[in-house]
Amino acid sequence: MSAHAGIAGPAPVRIVVAYGFWIFLLSDIILFSALFATYAVLSGQTAGGPSGRELFELRHVGVETLCLLFSSYTCGLGVLAIERRRLQGFYLSFALTFVLGAAFLGLELSEFVGLIARGAGPSRSAFLSAFFSLVGLHGAHVSAGLVWMSFMVAQTAVRGPRDFVRRRLLCFSLFWHALDIIWVALLTLVYLLGAR
Amino acid sequence: MLGKLNWDAIPYQQPIPMAAAAFIVVMVLGVVGLVSWKGWWPYLWREWLTSVDHKRIGVMYVLLALVLLLRGFIDAIMMRSQLAVAAGGAQGYLPPEHYDQIFTAHGTIMIFFMAMPFVVGLMNFVVPLQLGVRDVAFPVLNAVSFWLTASGALLVNVSLVVGEFARTGWLAYPPLSELQFSPGVGVDYYLWALQISGVGTLLAGINMVTTILKLRAPGMTYMRMPVFCWTALASSLLIVAAFPILTATFGMLLLDRYAGMHFFTNDGGGNCMLYVNLIWAWGHPEVYILILPAFGVFSEVIATFSGKQLFGYRSMVLATMAICVLSFMVWLHHFFTMGAGADVNAIFGIMSMIIAIPTGVKLFNWIFTIYRGRLRFEVPILWALGFMVTFVIGGLTGVLLAVPPADFVLHNSLFLVAHFHNVIIGGVLFGAMAGYNYWFPKAFGFTLDKRLGVISFWCWLVGFYLAFLPLYALGLLGMTRRMQHYADLSWQPYLVVAEVGALVIFAGIIATIAQLVVSIRTRASRRDRSGDPWHGRTLEWSTTSPPPAYNFAVLPEVESVDAFWAMKQRGSAAPPQRYESIEVPQNSANGFVTAFFAVLTGFALIWHIWWMAIFGVACAVATLLAFGWTERTEVQVSGEQLAEAERARQRLLNSA
Repeated sequence: MSAHAGIAGPAPVRIVVAYGFWIFLLSDIILFSALFATYAVLSGQTAGGPSGRELFELRHVGVETLCLLFSSYTCGLGVLAIERRRLQGFYLSFALTFVLGAAFLGLELSEFVGLIARGAGPSRSAFLSAFFSLVGLHGAHVSAGLVWMSFMVAQTAVRGPRDFVRRRLLCFSLFWHALDIIWVALLTLVYLLGAR
Repeated sequence: MLGKLNWDAIPYQQPIPMAAAAFIVVMVLGVVGLVSWKGWWPYLWREWLTSVDHKRIGVMYVLLALVLLLRGFIDAIMMRSQLAVAAGGAQGYLPPEHYDQIFTAHGTIMIFFMAMPFVVGLMNFVVPLQLGVRDVAFPVLNAVSFWLTASGALLVNVSLVVGEFARTGWLAYPPLSELQFSPGVGVDYYLWALQISGVGTLLAGINMVTTILKLRAPGMTYMRMPVFCWTALASSLLIVAAFPILTATFGMLLLDRYAGMHFFTNDGGGNCMLYVNLIWAWGHPEVYILILPAFGVFSEVIATFSGKQLFGYRSMVLATMAICVLSFMVWLHHFFTMGAGADVNAIFGIMSMIIAIPTGVKLFNWIFTIYRGRLRFEVPILWALGFMVTFVIGGLTGVLLAVPPADFVLHNSLFLVAHFHNVIIGGVLFGAMAGYNYWFPKAFGFTLDKRLGVISFWCWLVGFYLAFLPLYALGLLGMTRRMQHYADLSWQPYLVVAEVGALVIFAGIIATIAQLVVSIRTRASRRDRSGDPWHGRTLEWSTTSPPPAYNFAVLPEVESVDAFWAMKQRGSAAPPQRYESIEVPQNSANGFVTAFFAVLTGFALIWHIWWMAIFGVACAVATLLAFGWTERTEVQVSGEQLAEAERARQRLLNSA
């Protein structure tokens, strides 16, 4: 094998799929970074309207954060369960993940509705445009994740924990964890710094 | 019911768009009629529209690029004709609102739907073959990428007949592109077409990065990869890192236009220079996404036709990756006049000049490869030699523009227009044409006509200089870009020469089409039986022309750079005793169906037909889920079938 210098040929499917999905996630993080940069530029441009300090309620955001972080934990448990072919544990973990994710989304929506009711909607100022778009893009990702999660649970139920199903679950869990990473940045840069 | 769409959207009173539209409609109906009459639909559907074979997809990308090259060129020659006559009191034949659409469409089409599909198509076709593997990492996704790109191209061309195109220039700077100043559907056509094709390009980039990093033949270490694969890797990494910025930026402009937000508006605290920064944070890497694969083509072509190993392989790889990184650090040189201050401008000016160093390394490597080589003057090397001279001129004017004080004088002048056409035609297009002539025999199993290829090259080369050297002079004389007419009569002679240059380039395009037609008609006599018509050095030449769906019956073992050259030096090894059966991916209509709904959704959003947009998105999601539900089945190719194919290949080789 010395002639091969350690390259034995194409990598197995599982590696290729997870690797490709990681590259996609990196591109997704760059998408967010463009919106983070925009938020940083526009966060002071309130056009006479309310600023973050007047609008953000950290207690509310704290509950949201707990929901999302715990949902990642349960998602991780679900993937471990499916790797050990423990279907009961998998369904339970993913049901919890779904509930926590949906709770996060519900809290975010209630925050948005409250802001719009106070006249602080996305077209009020450049700051609020940037805020709603950045947070809303994350929320859209979570929504897509909920659809994907339901689909994967149905597919697991019908097809069983086959190779391609488990590959997709691996990708889903990467996606769900990446949303956490983005949320931590968002929490820090938007809410914690903005509420000061 | 139909949103903003009504019969007024069709420009009856304007003869030029109507004639163009009639021509396109007749052409499309002609092609559809011919295909139906000949009964080719099943073949077309089975072998091309639903194909997930990277070679077929690559060919379709290049075909798309060639068709859109024609469309973009018609725009170009209309502009040149307008400016050749519209001097002094004369207004020419194009009113300003039409002229503005033409220069916007020209730039948009040439970059996004000509240059991009051309280089992505070449990468798609060549990279898996050069890596010695059977396909890209995600074959179905590859088809989706192509069809999304084609969807964008279709939407841009629909704007010719239904409604209008943007009048904003090819990057749609706000506040001009905001609803306040561009209330029509033109900017929406631009944005949705590019959003859809941008997603396609991003997915193609992800696919290519994964392919190159994870799928390589046994023994193909990084430092044994052909240089074209290195440049494809660098280009694809740039796609992954830059295209999301484009998507985000256009997304924000769309929110401004559709939801009344204030990212880039004049009021509400918006900041239009933020858009300019973001768009160039994508835009500068974009030019390297285009040029790096072209550099890769030249590296392959120059090594092959010099009959020598590429000089300085390691420095070539290093230079490629250096350009890949540096390309993200220079975006501000597109708008030194923003007024960021002398310090910022100086930094970006110096960074821009530094890029000339790795580029210079590459140029010297090519020159040293040719030095004491035995040059064979086939068509691809002509394009490479033309490039080496032309690109240096473009590079030098680029370094000049990188000096901020000089840029303050030359910004937005025809000098700039001449500069970027110099590097994009002299670099990207010459590279694409070199690659087209070089790999055509591999794709179709017969060579392209040499005489017409040579004529095409000389027309393009001479035409380029005639068309763009006068523009350098005009820029120095003070003529700005995007002018529909001008008062200074002393500019006219230069613009007439530029018009003549455009006509010479047109002759080059005709020669390219004639070359294709003549070569197809005489294909029996120009069959490539060896699979290696140029005495190539890399693995794509080790299989038949055209390659089988699975590329290689047995994956090649790689022991050095220029793996196929080394194999030929060692003499051919005995064929294996028995062949392992392999799996090839099954066809999928996923790409075509997704693209259909993407076009539907895009069109609905452009015209504010909300029910249709919701329907389109719902169908697209349903398509995605439906294809996700079915487990992909692979087609087995048995060992006996492989052995039979290999015996047939051997017979062909012996007859060569």
